Amino acid sequence: MPKKQPKSIEVTGEVLELLPNAMFKVKLETGHVILAHISGKMRMHYIKIIPGDKVRVEISPYDLTRGRITYRLKGDQK
Amino acid sequence: MGINLKSKREIEIMRDANRIVAEILLDLKERVKEGVTTAELDRRAEELAGKYGAEPAFKGYMGYPASLCVSINEEIVHGIPSEERVIKNGDIVSLDFGVIYKGYYGDAALTVGVGNISETAKKLMEVTEKALYIGIEEAVPGNHIGDIGFAIQNFVEKNGFNVVREFTGHGIGKKLHEEPYVPNYGTRGSGPLIREGLTIAIEPMVTEGTWKVKILKDGWTAVTADGKLAAHFEHTIAVTSSGPEILSRV
Repeated sequence: MPKKQPKSIEVTGEVLELLPNAMFKVKLETGHVILAHISGKMRMHYIKIIPGDKVRVEISPYDLTRGRITYRLKGDQK
Repeated sequence: MGINLKSKREIEIMRDANRIVAEILLDLKERVKEGVTTAELDRRAEELAGKYGAEPAFKGYMGYPASLCVSINEEIVHGIPSEERVIKNGDIVSLDFGVIYKGYYGDAALTVGVGNISETAKKLMEVTEKALYIGIEEAVPGNHIGDIGFAIQNFVEKNGFNVVREFTGHGIGKKLHEEPYVPNYGTRGSGPLIREGLTIAIEPMVTEGTWKVKILKDGWTAVTADGKLAAHFEHTIAVTSSGPEILSRV
């Protein structure tokens, strides 16, 4: 019987702080505060993220305190 | 935690446990015919395990409801046997079975065609089985786990097929799934070092089309996202000073 590898989890959160090296403190809708970095794709398209932005984050099942910001939600988006 | 290397005594027991699985798979393979239900195969597997003095390993494992996994055509793994599912001409059927014997686990799998199967199906099964042996050859002391995955992935993709990422091989011994995990993809030299005493199950799952997987509503059956065929072969091996020894053989 093969072992199933856990997949990454997608959540939304709000950016609390901008840290050096394009890292961000993000508060997830679950309440957890994690360290996230901006995805290469967003970097490539020069998408800026500032505190207060609502973002979509991908979290690795191997470390629940780290994430990758993959999308910045606009205004009233959910 | 960590990788649990086995002593010669332990490997002896695992040789027996896995030989039992191999014998049972051989028996089941002969019974995979048009008109047979997958539930019949499951019952036969349980019956035989009892005769050998072993316990089926999958029943109840993480809630799995049966002893045998029967995965047909676009089903990759974890197909649940049922009275309603009837095998028909042209199907390719994967059987995955495991036992616990004297406290140690056995785990192996094979795929067999029924009646007239397509050329693609035939090639898919041949490539998957060959890939397993190519992977096994990499399991020598001094190599890394990534060498196994690299060899399998390379061979499979060269033949125009794809390797499933979501499921992997695994260490095996006193537990069904132990460290290290053995992906069927990888880069040379990566992953844990392979040492004498390592007992792992190598199980390439190969698809005709996309490697992406969808899990059905039953929460178990994994199918190819594009509905194309998949094959699965598995052996449990022990790494000895002179290289890999296949334990799941008769």
